[in-house]
Amino acid sequence: MLTMSDSVAQSALTNFRQGLRIKWVILKTAMEERLVYRGDFAFATLVRFLPIITQVFLWNAIFAGDSQRQLNGYSYSAMVSYYLLVMVARAFSSMPGLSNGIAMSVRDGSVRKYLLQPVDMLGYLFWHRIAHKLVYYIVATGPFALVFWLCRAYLPAWPEPLVLFACGMSLAMAFLIGFLIEALIGLVSFWFLEVSSLIFIYMMMSYFLSGHMIPLEWIAEWIPWVHYLPFKYLAYFPAAILLGRIPPESLMLELCIQAAWIVALLVLNRVAFHYGVRRYGAFGG
Amino acid sequence: MPAIDVQNIGRTYKVYQKREGLFASVKGLLHREYRDVHAVRDISFTIEEGEMVAFLGPNGAGKTTTLKLLSGLIVPTSGTATVLGYTPWKREDAYRRRFSLVTGQKEQLWWDLPAQESFRLNKEIYRVSWDDYRSRLDELTELLEVGELMGQPVRELSLGERMRMELIAALLHRPDVLFLDEPTIGLDVVSQRNVQQFLLKYQKEQGITVVLTSHYMKDVEALCDRAIVINKGNVIHDGSLDDIVDRFSQHKIIELHFGGDSTPRGIDRYGVVLEDRPPMLRLQVEKQKVSHVLSKVLAEYTIDDVSVSERPLEDVIAELFAADNKQNADNE
Repeated sequence: MLTMSDSVAQSALTNFRQGLRIKWVILKTAMEERLVYRGDFAFATLVRFLPIITQVFLWNAIFAGDSQRQLNGYSYSAMVSYYLLVMVARAFSSMPGLSNGIAMSVRDGSVRKYLLQPVDMLGYLFWHRIAHKLVYYIVATGPFALVFWLCRAYLPAWPEPLVLFACGMSLAMAFLIGFLIEALIGLVSFWFLEVSSLIFIYMMMSYFLSGHMIPLEWIAEWIPWVHYLPFKYLAYFPAAILLGRIPPESLMLELCIQAAWIVALLVLNRVAFHYGVRRYGAFGG
Repeated sequence: MPAIDVQNIGRTYKVYQKREGLFASVKGLLHREYRDVHAVRDISFTIEEGEMVAFLGPNGAGKTTTLKLLSGLIVPTSGTATVLGYTPWKREDAYRRRFSLVTGQKEQLWWDLPAQESFRLNKEIYRVSWDDYRSRLDELTELLEVGELMGQPVRELSLGERMRMELIAALLHRPDVLFLDEPTIGLDVVSQRNVQQFLLKYQKEQGITVVLTSHYMKDVEALCDRAIVINKGNVIHDGSLDDIVDRFSQHKIIELHFGGDSTPRGIDRYGVVLEDRPPMLRLQVEKQKVSHVLSKVLAEYTIDDVSVSERPLEDVIAELFAADNKQNADNE
């Protein structure tokens, strides 16, 4: 009896190890792939910093250089630090090309790779995306650090370790929510081959409803239920934690809600994949 | 137990029927008419372990659909099939570890990286041990002569080189069943022959079951003894390649080399002149008249050399499809 449970444990361990190795090799291969076009990639990363600078100047103009002035609870320096932190959150939650990539693979039939090989498509794409992000952080950390250093006068003091930890958690979960929403949009292409308008709608909605464009508190004045949507976890929430805008007593609850969204989106993704592949099989490929 | 067992399998698609014009397009937004297309109607066959079988048929005959059914990409509307005892469209990992599908589309490899990176990934996906991986990779690269290309990004390889890399990626986990959909499409003659020779040798050595589709009759003749001919979603012939010519060709070809520098006039009364290149002439003659024609010609002219051969498989197949299409059109 003991030997049987031993062998079961043994094979579970072997399976686990093999699973880890696959993930590692996907990660490694995808990183190598990203680094092929390093020039283009580095340039694209740098260009993405231009809007940050223009946005800082834009807010400067709106506040008319008056450091005492408050707009809906935000001073100029609060605004700048909010914006910079939101950009950090977006660096985690934005998934350029994910939905489109899935849609394209359904359209041109290359999605069949995931159906023919003994791999899980979502898992494969996930590790692929992690590789994307890691390479991006390697390139973007320098410019980000520079921008933060230049704007250091506007930034609040270093937060408590616990707050910092909560912010880190929410950033990791922001990545997951961003990934799962865009993967879900991509999977819709099993039903409608063309999903670019859907992606556009999502981009617009997340731009407003995540607090990317203006602080979420301002939007909540017009749309009070914006707090019940998953979008705020893509940008506003991690920034707000660091800025002390989330009351400590509700921080834990908010993190749990964020985690609940991940579970819900994961279930939706699994269901969409299950039925999507069946539909693909029914309509051909 | 046969490796592949297909019973009365059928596959119908609903296809949106759009009429001509803008008005029809707008109308199509509200109401759509669909038409049933029977990609595969009612196909049955069995393939034993270690066989190498070709699917022949014109475009749209249902060859690729059948391969898709067998590799689990699509679900049939009727009938059953098992491959190695598995139902393909359940897509169990245990089954997916034991077969490979190679198509002319070549999408297994990572475009921007050397092929060896893709192989390494496949090693993990299919859980191949290091020892097996190394020995198989060495063997395959040697057989396919791609050793020096391993470090080159896939996008820089020629079509033929890429196809050979695809084959390696598909064979690293040593599948028991290999499906090949137009494996030599777009390749030049040398590459085609390379791939053929490799497949022949590899199949013999490993004893794997291979099913292939090809438009290229030379592939089929080089590789397979048995062919399943499909047209309009039905099997119209299942047997050896020679049987096809025997059964469907009504003619043979007589090649005559005349004494002297010219070919005589009026010889077309015995059959259709296919080629007239003095002093050689090729004549197509009805099967039952061959001996009669031969005796006449030999008596009438001075002949240096003579040979009788079957018509090329390619011509017979082309004729067969054309006849079948015409018959279908007449019936409808």
